[in-house]
Amino acid sequence: MRRNLRERIPGGCAIIGVMSETGRRFDGTTVIEGIRCMHERSNGLGGGFAAYGIYPDDLKPYYALHVMSQTHHEHETMEEGIRQHFRIIHQEPIPTRRHPRVGEAPILWRYFVAAPTDFAEPPGEEEYMVGRIMDLNGRVEGSLIFSSGRDMGIFKGVGYPEDIGEFFRLDEYRAYLWTSHGRFPTNTPGWWGGAHPFGLLNWSVVHNGEISSYDANRRYLEMFGYRCYMKTDTEVVLYLFDLLNRRHGLPIELTCSVLTAPFWNEIDAMPPADAELWRALRQVYAGALLNGPFSVIVGFEGGMVGLADRIMLRPLVGARAGDLVFIASEEAAIRAVCPSPETVWAAEGGEPIVARLARSAGGSEPASAHKVEVPAAS
Amino acid sequence: MPVEAPRKRQAAANEITIDAEGLHYRDLNELIHQAAAQGARVIDVRNVNGQRYIGAGLRLPVTIRLHGTAGNDLGVFMDGPTIELFGNAQDGAANTMNSGRIIIHGDAGQICGLSMRGGRVYVRGSVGYRSGIHMKGYQDKVPVVVIGGHAGSFLGEYMAGGRIYVLGLDAPAACPLGGGKEPVWRVPERCRSLTGRYTGTGMHGGAIYVRGQVDPALCGREAVISPATDDDLPVIRRDMEDYARCFGLDAGYILSVPFTRLAPKSHRPYGKNYAY
Repeated sequence: MRRNLRERIPGGCAIIGVMSETGRRFDGTTVIEGIRCMHERSNGLGGGFAAYGIYPDDLKPYYALHVMSQTHHEHETMEEGIRQHFRIIHQEPIPTRRHPRVGEAPILWRYFVAAPTDFAEPPGEEEYMVGRIMDLNGRVEGSLIFSSGRDMGIFKGVGYPEDIGEFFRLDEYRAYLWTSHGRFPTNTPGWWGGAHPFGLLNWSVVHNGEISSYDANRRYLEMFGYRCYMKTDTEVVLYLFDLLNRRHGLPIELTCSVLTAPFWNEIDAMPPADAELWRALRQVYAGALLNGPFSVIVGFEGGMVGLADRIMLRPLVGARAGDLVFIASEEAAIRAVCPSPETVWAAEGGEPIVARLARSAGGSEPASAHKVEVPAAS
Repeated sequence: MPVEAPRKRQAAANEITIDAEGLHYRDLNELIHQAAAQGARVIDVRNVNGQRYIGAGLRLPVTIRLHGTAGNDLGVFMDGPTIELFGNAQDGAANTMNSGRIIIHGDAGQICGLSMRGGRVYVRGSVGYRSGIHMKGYQDKVPVVVIGGHAGSFLGEYMAGGRIYVLGLDAPAACPLGGGKEPVWRVPERCRSLTGRYTGTGMHGGAIYVRGQVDPALCGREAVISPATDDDLPVIRRDMEDYARCFGLDAGYILSVPFTRLAPKSHRPYGKNYAY
């Protein structure tokens, strides 16, 4: 391992999320310009994007496995594994363009796959997918499935995020939800797989800060079959959302409240019924409590949520403009693409900012009631 | 560095306009420092968006007017100038400022006034967490932070000197954010009180004045809560009259509600926590 991988550099990452709650899809230049505004928060050792609603209708039903591999041999080993566990409907290289500021890239490929059989009985298809993906990622050296959702994709690498976005030709995709991350790695190496977002099924997470409770969370998650192999604290956030929301059925808001649970002295001051509920939740989910300075944006099917730690040790700003919801590390990043939002507010520690597709969503009709100055949204 | 003609326009003899659109913070700050060094009295900066360290370390008697959203560490280490911001400030405004003034017509982000050693910060709107953390004062150096709206948690944490005010004024119907933009006010999602939790935790100098009542449950153990006394009033009045003048407010209205004072219980609250 290169020596500089062990250096600790104090710094802050950049995160941003942009979503149309009516499901209006817009190309990647909006989020690229937003993250570009926060260039100083990154150091060129990682940038990435998650995009929801990007794939054509005939491929929407299938899991899009985005894979990066260091060598052809490792690429083929991973493909063999994918073929063994799933039905491959379609496969292709992930389109990229040469970029002067993006160095040598791994082999980047995507497979649209279906589960081999119908899973009518529990634990079900998604459980199967998670199990096989965890297994392949743990088993195949030098290759990584870094995105596995349906009708969504993660695009990431080593470089500044605005350059990585251009490298992956994100101006050619249209999504109703984009998140992005500019990395300033402090405790772990800057490598292609270590860039954010991290993804599992339709979840994606971008993260600024650190999860000081990582080991407690990791041990807790391992009891449920999750494996932490990414050399980063961020992945526990991803698996905790998957566990609490998808597997245990807690709503997104309650999931956030469990992860950033009230302090005991706050619980003591609650009405008795609330206090009893929170004592139970803190006891049951003690291993899921996230400690340390962090702000995250988690993307999921049909929505996104921004969440900062309980005592607000990392910044998070929200804004609304017409059908658009913005969440970012800095207000300037929002104003760079939307100069006059209707409301701008600073997040409170432990209080999630949630954006969701309206029930009737899915259309590509632009919202005519609000004229929002978002250059790339037409 | 050569100055591009369209970037910098000289209106009056000693008034200069700079267009910050798309400028990197280093270039913008270089232009500001150059203009101040060449004798500009007023520097008007348009289209500010996220540029950091504006006015960093400036010691010249200049007024900088900013239109837009100022980036992190606005006025860091500043020693003398006046900055008037028509818009919001991000995190760390007035970081370790030594003297001068920062007048913010919108809101300020986290840690506004951190480690201030002197000068004044007037915020018309609200501020984020940890405002005034580790402010300090010495002899004639008495930093003052006035917050027109409400403050986040940990206000005045480890405060060692100076004065912080929280006024809880309503957001005005309109505010001149500049550039023809609509006023935008952050609406607190849960504004249960003017200050958040852990107000004055670890404070060992200075004073926090809150207009109205303070919930003791929201204050740190190191703060003593009491009504502001007659001794405090002349200072409060002077500060409020000055603040009101900056924003065209009625000082009488601000002073019509009694203030609560938070003062340190001890000058060395953690003395016993350390071995020597």
